[in-house]
Amino acid sequence: MAYKDELLHEEKVFKDPVHRYVHVRDRVIWDLIATPEFQRLRRIKQLGTTNITFHGAEHSRFNHSLGVYEIVRRIINNFQGRTHWNNDDRLLCMCAALLHDLGHGPFSHSFEKVFKLDHEYFTQQIILGDTYVNKILDRVSPGFAQEVADVIAKTHSNKLVVSLISSQIDADRMDYLQRDAYFTGVSYGHFDMERILRVMRPIEDQVVIKSSGMHAVEDYIMSRYQMYWQVYFHPVTRSAEVILTKILHRAKHLYESDYNFKLQPTHFLSFFSGDVSLKEYLKLDESIVHYYFQLWQEEDDEILSDLCERFMNRRLFKYVEFNPNKQINDLLRLIDLFKDAGINPDYYLVVDSSSDLPYDFYRPGEEEERLPIHLLMPNGTLKELSRHSDIVESISGKKRTDHKLYFPKDLLQTITNEKIVQEITEILYGKEM
Amino acid sequence: MLENHAKLMQFFSQAKEVTGRKKLQKMVYILQSFGVPFEEKFQFHFYGPYSEELSLRIEELCNLGFLNEEKEVKSNYFQYHYTLTKDGTQFLNQFKVNMPSCTESIEMLQEKSSRFLELVSTMLYFKELPREEVIAKVHTVKPKQKFSDEEIEEAWKLMDDLALRLQ
Repeated sequence: MAYKDELLHEEKVFKDPVHRYVHVRDRVIWDLIATPEFQRLRRIKQLGTTNITFHGAEHSRFNHSLGVYEIVRRIINNFQGRTHWNNDDRLLCMCAALLHDLGHGPFSHSFEKVFKLDHEYFTQQIILGDTYVNKILDRVSPGFAQEVADVIAKTHSNKLVVSLISSQIDADRMDYLQRDAYFTGVSYGHFDMERILRVMRPIEDQVVIKSSGMHAVEDYIMSRYQMYWQVYFHPVTRSAEVILTKILHRAKHLYESDYNFKLQPTHFLSFFSGDVSLKEYLKLDESIVHYYFQLWQEEDDEILSDLCERFMNRRLFKYVEFNPNKQINDLLRLIDLFKDAGINPDYYLVVDSSSDLPYDFYRPGEEEERLPIHLLMPNGTLKELSRHSDIVESISGKKRTDHKLYFPKDLLQTITNEKIVQEITEILYGKEM
Repeated sequence: MLENHAKLMQFFSQAKEVTGRKKLQKMVYILQSFGVPFEEKFQFHFYGPYSEELSLRIEELCNLGFLNEEKEVKSNYFQYHYTLTKDGTQFLNQFKVNMPSCTESIEMLQEKSSRFLELVSTMLYFKELPREEVIAKVHTVKPKQKFSDEEIEEAWKLMDDLALRLQ
């Protein structure tokens, strides 16, 4: 029997708190899960610094990847025999679902911003490079690894397959919303996924939703909206993310200034120099990052040691709402005051905006801007969701952006010049702290 | 800190007006591909390179009153026009940002249709590949658009022109 068709002697299952069970019968899937590159995902948290706010959010990219695979497996089971669905694409879909986040590194959002990296690039490298994952995909058939990489990069010719993994209502989002809700413990984020899976229909080059399932999709859109504000964009989590980003900036700056680290930051050197090989990238996980942050608390550089101590011990920055239009002069004045007080504003005064986050909410957009969610009407026509659903329409037009100014309140209290303290306080709070 | 917002406002200051979100997305991507230092992350989507980060940042600029967004109802869809407001201009005067002047390149792109910019941005997305493979890839990922040889030739010319102006 060809490797691609090989089945395990008996079905294996992973107990899963979100989907109850993740079922594996295909040998290829089982082998991929066992690779070091996939096992590495156990050591990378799905939500980065969110556990600082929601202590339950310790789940990993490994959990999520299995979850996405399981959802795609179930969708494919429902698609069997339908027009527009070719079951020869089954293994391709499941592999792409399983491997879609393979290139994520520790705290990847911050790392990508500071070191100009792209986890999607590393996903491609892992799938196509000299790796265990690549060897398995190559055994399926020549060119299969490239096909999986193309589906994940959304450049595969089969748009239907791509939209299962990545679209406005895809397996990726359906898993992370439910999983993140479960592990953070919030009551938002729940929706009737079973119902959505039952009303999904493959139509030519996209997956659409039978109009009778619109209310289940409304629930999904609402949960996406609420999770965005309540979990992903939580101001305390953002504070931790701000500090993390500043640590990376500071360490990089010190490296570039020939600073003598007490212990050579071996695992970071290629990141600092901007030439990260796949081998070095795969070595870095959250344990390693925490190890260095722990050590850097003892560094002679006061900024690096202070920021690391804050991150490790949850001594976070405070924040105030900030309007860049009305308060730009305040910001410029604060920068000067911080400098006068001996506090480096590059590290201790940060404007954080909603667009700095990698999460989004549903927007129908303009024609051909981005593919929206389409409802399949009884007469066979397609209708964009917000044109038919009052609930989705009403949250699509809302102003949903914000900006916050982060700063270390405790550090301000150590300033000895009372005039400076008073002026900073007045700008930040309009009154005494 | 707000640098990425300021860069986009600088772009609108040079463009004067942009019509269509799709066009806006493709213009920013094309300029970024030629080294204009926009930091927004783009991914390949159904209609070519697209940045959610850019969409959200534009929404922020509108909500802050730095950009004016006008919504026009077309037969079966909406179209959006963007212009920099007075507040936006004032902000730019106060907040200096290191952004090269690329007014001529922006004007060149503005004259093109969004369909054509979709073609150019898709070709740029695969710029690491040899030319013949880029064309094959365009036909693979965009079979429905049926881009002609003439359009592809014109796209190469535009890219050569932009390379001369911006690099």
